Amino acid sequence: MATEPLLTARGLVKRYGRVTALNNADFDLYPGEVLAVIGDNGAGKSSLIKAISGAVTPDEGEILLEGKPVNFKSPMEARDAGIETVYQNLALSPALSIADNMFLGREIRKPGILGNWFRMLDRGAMEKRAREKLTELGLMTIQNISQAVETLSGGQRQGVAVARAAAFGSKVVIMDEPTAALGVKESRRVLELILDVKRRGLPIVLISHNMPHVFEVADRIHIHRLGRRLTVIDPKEYTMSDAVAFMTGAKAPPEAAIAA
Amino acid sequence: MTDASADARRPQEFEKVLSGSDTSVASFDTHTRSPIEKIQHFLHSNPAAVPLIVLVASIVLFGLIIGGKFFSAFSMTLILQQVAITGIIGAAQTLVILTAGIDLSVGAIMVLSSVVMGQFTFRYGLPPSLAILCGFAVGALCGWINGALVSYMKLPPFIVTLGTWQIVLATNFLYSANETIRAQDIETQAPILQFFGANFRLGNAVFTYGVVAMVLLVAVLWYILNHTAWGRHVYAIGDDPEAAQLSGVRVNRVLISVYVISGLICALGGWMLIGRIGSVSPTAGQFANIESITAVVIGGISLFGGRGSILGMLFGALIVGVFQLGLRLIGTDPQWTYLLIGTLIIIAVAIDQWIRKVAG
Repeated sequence: MATEPLLTARGLVKRYGRVTALNNADFDLYPGEVLAVIGDNGAGKSSLIKAISGAVTPDEGEILLEGKPVNFKSPMEARDAGIETVYQNLALSPALSIADNMFLGREIRKPGILGNWFRMLDRGAMEKRAREKLTELGLMTIQNISQAVETLSGGQRQGVAVARAAAFGSKVVIMDEPTAALGVKESRRVLELILDVKRRGLPIVLISHNMPHVFEVADRIHIHRLGRRLTVIDPKEYTMSDAVAFMTGAKAPPEAAIAA
Repeated sequence: MTDASADARRPQEFEKVLSGSDTSVASFDTHTRSPIEKIQHFLHSNPAAVPLIVLVASIVLFGLIIGGKFFSAFSMTLILQQVAITGIIGAAQTLVILTAGIDLSVGAIMVLSSVVMGQFTFRYGLPPSLAILCGFAVGALCGWINGALVSYMKLPPFIVTLGTWQIVLATNFLYSANETIRAQDIETQAPILQFFGANFRLGNAVFTYGVVAMVLLVAVLWYILNHTAWGRHVYAIGDDPEAAQLSGVRVNRVLISVYVISGLICALGGWMLIGRIGSVSPTAGQFANIESITAVVIGGISLFGGRGSILGMLFGALIVGVFQLGLRLIGTDPQWTYLLIGTLIIIAVAIDQWIRKVAG
C-alpha cells in the first residue's frame, strides 16, 4: 500500500509474571480499511488490542498514531486521541437509557448558568445527537431513545455500542468479537454496520473467531500467533482453511506474505 | 482459493435464506402488552411508584380506622418530624446503595459527629459554629476512609463498614468518655447546636427546621442524581462498574466522593440529632443504620445497585413513620409495628425482583 499507516505498533512486549503475552508484536492499520485480527486462544490478540486501546500499557515497544508516538495510560486517553473500542461485553449500563449510555463519561451540559453552576445535563441535545447517530447507521427502528438499554435485544445493544464508537471515534474503531453473542440475523446487521462505518471513512480493527465473518468484511487479515504477528494476508488470495492453518501453526505462511 | 475469494464479499451461503425471513428483529416493543406487563413496565420506569402507592394507601387506611386524630395536619407533620433523621441518614444510605454498596457505619458516623460538635464546644471552648464545621470534617473523614477502602483496596462495602461501624462507635465512646452534654447547657451556651430542633407553625401543622432540611436535601439529591453527570455515574457504577470504567467513568473517584458525601450527610444528621433530643448523647441513634436501610429497601431501591429513586427512600421512611404512629394511636403492642415493617421489607424486595424481570 502506498499510503502511510494510520496506526502502527512496533516491537510490543507485554509480560504477565512469567507469561509473555506479547513478544515483539507489530501492527499496522491503514486509513479506511477493515483489518481483522485472528489468532488461536492465548495467541495474544487481546493483549495486542488492549495495548492499542489503552487498557494495558506495554512493557516495551512503541505505538504511533498518524506518525506521532502515543503512550496511553488508560482507555480514556486512547479515546481522547480518537480511538474508540466496542468491547465484547459492550460496556453498557443496562439500567441507563440509550442516550445516557452513548454519552456516559462525556455528557453535554446545558449552556449558561444551568450548566455551569447547577451542572444540569442537556438531555435534549444528547438525545438529538444520539438519534442522529442511530439514524445514520440505520438503527432508528429503536424508537424510544430514553428506553433503558436492558429492554433492547442483543443486536440492538450491539448497535448502540457501535453507534457510540462511531459517534465519537474520530480515527479508529476497534471491535472485539462483535458477533460472538449474536444470532444469525443479528450478526448480519452488525456486519452491515461495520461496512457502514467503513464507508464513512473510519478504519476498523475487527477481532473475531468467526472465519466467515472475517473473510466477508476484512480487507486484510492480521494473523497473530505466539505473541507476535505471524503474517498479514489478503482474504481474496487465501481460503479460510489456509488462515486457520497459519493461525494454528499447521502450515507455514508464504515468505511474500510475511513482508506485507 | 478461488472459490472462497469469489464468495468472500457476499453474505455467506447459509445466510441467503435471510432475505425471505421476517425482518422484525430490530422492531421495538410492538406486541401488545397484557395489563400486568404494562404495570411491570410502568413500575420499571417509575421505581418510586410502589412506595408512594403504599404510603397513600396506609395513610388512607389508618385515617379510616382512627379518624381525625390521625388524619390531621398535626399528626401528619409529627410523622415528618419523627422520620426526619431517618430520612437524612437514608439519603446517605441511598447514595451508597445505588453504587451496589451498603453502609453500616452511617449511624456511628452521625453520633460521632454530634459528639464532636458538642465536645469541641464544651471541652475546648471552640465557637459552636466552628465546632459544627469540625463535626462535618469528622463525618467527611470517616466517609473518606470507607470510600478509600472500598475503591482502592477493593474490599466489600459490607465488611468495610461493618469494621468502621465498630471502630467509629468505639471511638465515639472512648472520646466522649460516655458523657452526655445536658440540654440546658446547650440551650444557654450554644443554641446553634439545637438549630434543627426549632419549629414553626402553619395552622396546626408543626414543622421543625430539621424536617425542612430533610426535604430540601432529598430534593437536591434527586436533582443531582437525575440531572447531572455525577448522578448518572453513580447509577452506572451500581449497574456495572467495569462497563462504567470502560465507558469513561472515573469509578474510584466517584465511589470515594459518594462515601465522603454520605459522611457529610451523616454529620448533618448528627447536628439534627442534637436538635431532636436536645442533648449530646453518645448512646443516641443506635439503630440509625438499620432504620436507614429499611427506608431504602421499602423505598424500592435495589440492594444490587443502579436502580431506584431517592424519592422512594423518602416514601419508605414515611411509610415506617405512618405505621409507627398509626399503630401507637390504635394502642397495639409496638411489636406489631416491627412485624409489619419486616413483612413490608420482604414484599419490597420481592417486588424489586419482579420488576427486574422486565429486562428479560
